[in-house]
Amino acid sequence: MSAVEFTTPTVARRAAGTEGLAEKVSVRDLEFFYGDNRALKNISVPLYHGKVTAFIGPSGCGKSTLLRILNRMYDLYPHQRASGHVTLDGEDILSPSQDLNMLRAKVGMVFQKPTPFPMTIYENIAFGIRLYEKLPKSELDDRVRDALARAALWEEVKNKLGASGLSLSGGQQQRLCIARTVAVKPEVILFDEPCSALDPISTAKIEELIAELKEDYTIAIVTHNMQQAARVSDFTAFMYLGELVEFGETSKIFTSPDDRRTQDYITGRFG
Amino acid sequence: MALYDTRRRRNVLAKGLAYAATAFGLSWLVLILAVLLWEGFSGLSLAVFTQMTPPPGSAGGLLNPIMGSLVMTVIAVAIGTPLGILAGTYMAEYGRYDKLTTIVRFINDILLSAPSIVIGLFIYEVMVAQMGHFSGWAGAVSLAVIVVPVVVRTTEDMLILVPDTLREAAASIGLPRSLMIRKVAYRAARAGMVTGVLLAVARISGETAPLLFTALNNQFWSLDLNAPVASLPVVIFQFALSPYKDWQQLAWTGALIITIAVLVLSITARTLAARKSS
Repeated sequence: MSAVEFTTPTVARRAAGTEGLAEKVSVRDLEFFYGDNRALKNISVPLYHGKVTAFIGPSGCGKSTLLRILNRMYDLYPHQRASGHVTLDGEDILSPSQDLNMLRAKVGMVFQKPTPFPMTIYENIAFGIRLYEKLPKSELDDRVRDALARAALWEEVKNKLGASGLSLSGGQQQRLCIARTVAVKPEVILFDEPCSALDPISTAKIEELIAELKEDYTIAIVTHNMQQAARVSDFTAFMYLGELVEFGETSKIFTSPDDRRTQDYITGRFG
Repeated sequence: MALYDTRRRRNVLAKGLAYAATAFGLSWLVLILAVLLWEGFSGLSLAVFTQMTPPPGSAGGLLNPIMGSLVMTVIAVAIGTPLGILAGTYMAEYGRYDKLTTIVRFINDILLSAPSIVIGLFIYEVMVAQMGHFSGWAGAVSLAVIVVPVVVRTTEDMLILVPDTLREAAASIGLPRSLMIRKVAYRAARAGMVTGVLLAVARISGETAPLLFTALNNQFWSLDLNAPVASLPVVIFQFALSPYKDWQQLAWTGALIITIAVLVLSITARTLAARKSS
């Protein structure tokens, strides 16, 4: 079977349960190349506002690659290119004239490994805010507190805002990174395996956080952990070997997938 | 069992040889330091730091060469560090995947291992010969030429050690590259970059050859950088080769001062580097 046969149906008809949802990000006919290596084949998938979309699939299936296209992170590296259409509120973000810094201000990202900047907890958050807004000190303080509260970290760090961001535990560092992302007021947040380096308790906290954040944002999450996808997401996309095999409501994907390969992956027969 | 015993005996032998080689190498270092301390320490007095280099047969100190060395080193670092950091930043951040970076790195490595006397001759040609006289400026510039490749190398190495995930994190909040470098990458690499500058200072503080062709020497107090300026290595060179006992003593003392200064710098550099890795 060719790639077109799997992916065309998801474009042709809207997945069940998506009626009335606003399509914040639309990916259509997306291809991606690392040099000559075609890593993504004819991908089409929507991200709905106020919903969490999970991308699952075995290692190397292209799910992180797809995520890194949505904020053009791949542009940092040579010999990587995308073709096709990715729109954010109808605007083509793959266009060469796209201002990358503005795009990334709107499309935030949380990484697999916590990546606090080598500065104080306060500065980690304030730094991003100052990029876009000139605020008086008291207002900046409020914004920093709001962001940390949003990431459920305020209570733990309120007495040591001057300490280095690197002095926090792994789970706290990851929440600091979420706070940093939220502080810039993005519209879309991309999570690239945000819990794979964390213990179960920290993982539970991050998952709770994602559930709270989705009210206000469009969220995409890449995860290796199928239980996590089932817990946090509203929609799930299953990818395999650079193709999007199936996209639909999470409950449907995990209970009665249409594709045999989705079924096999969900039930742990491979991957 | 016999096989095992043979292997064990070989191991003991190899270990013994390794220890012996280490001891042999280190003993020379210890010997040099011991002689230096023995000969230099007795000449150490307040006068060394307060009086000028004397004519043979009278009392004096090393104030003018100490000051000359300090001033030229500071200027050399002030010229060489910004150049080195900018070039290293280009190589690690902007041009990491460019062919130009490979070429610059290759040339820089050649410069790094170029004999310093060649650098001295070069500056002699382009500065001393043009100006018509030896000068402190020429000395400082020749030292700067030695500083640049050291700083380029450590800056590039330290910036490359900054994980790409940190760069991506900075990019992910919309940080322009120039700000990412200044606010994030430099901060993460700071200890290593400072270490590089300190190592460059240590390297130039003992350089004699390039100064012989550029700053030459001056028996008197002078901070005029358009005139010849005294420096510790050149004074040591001159005094040590002289037949006068008191000059030779001052040479020993000067050598001790340089050694201690370099030792302190190296220890500071290592402490900074160690703190970074912890």
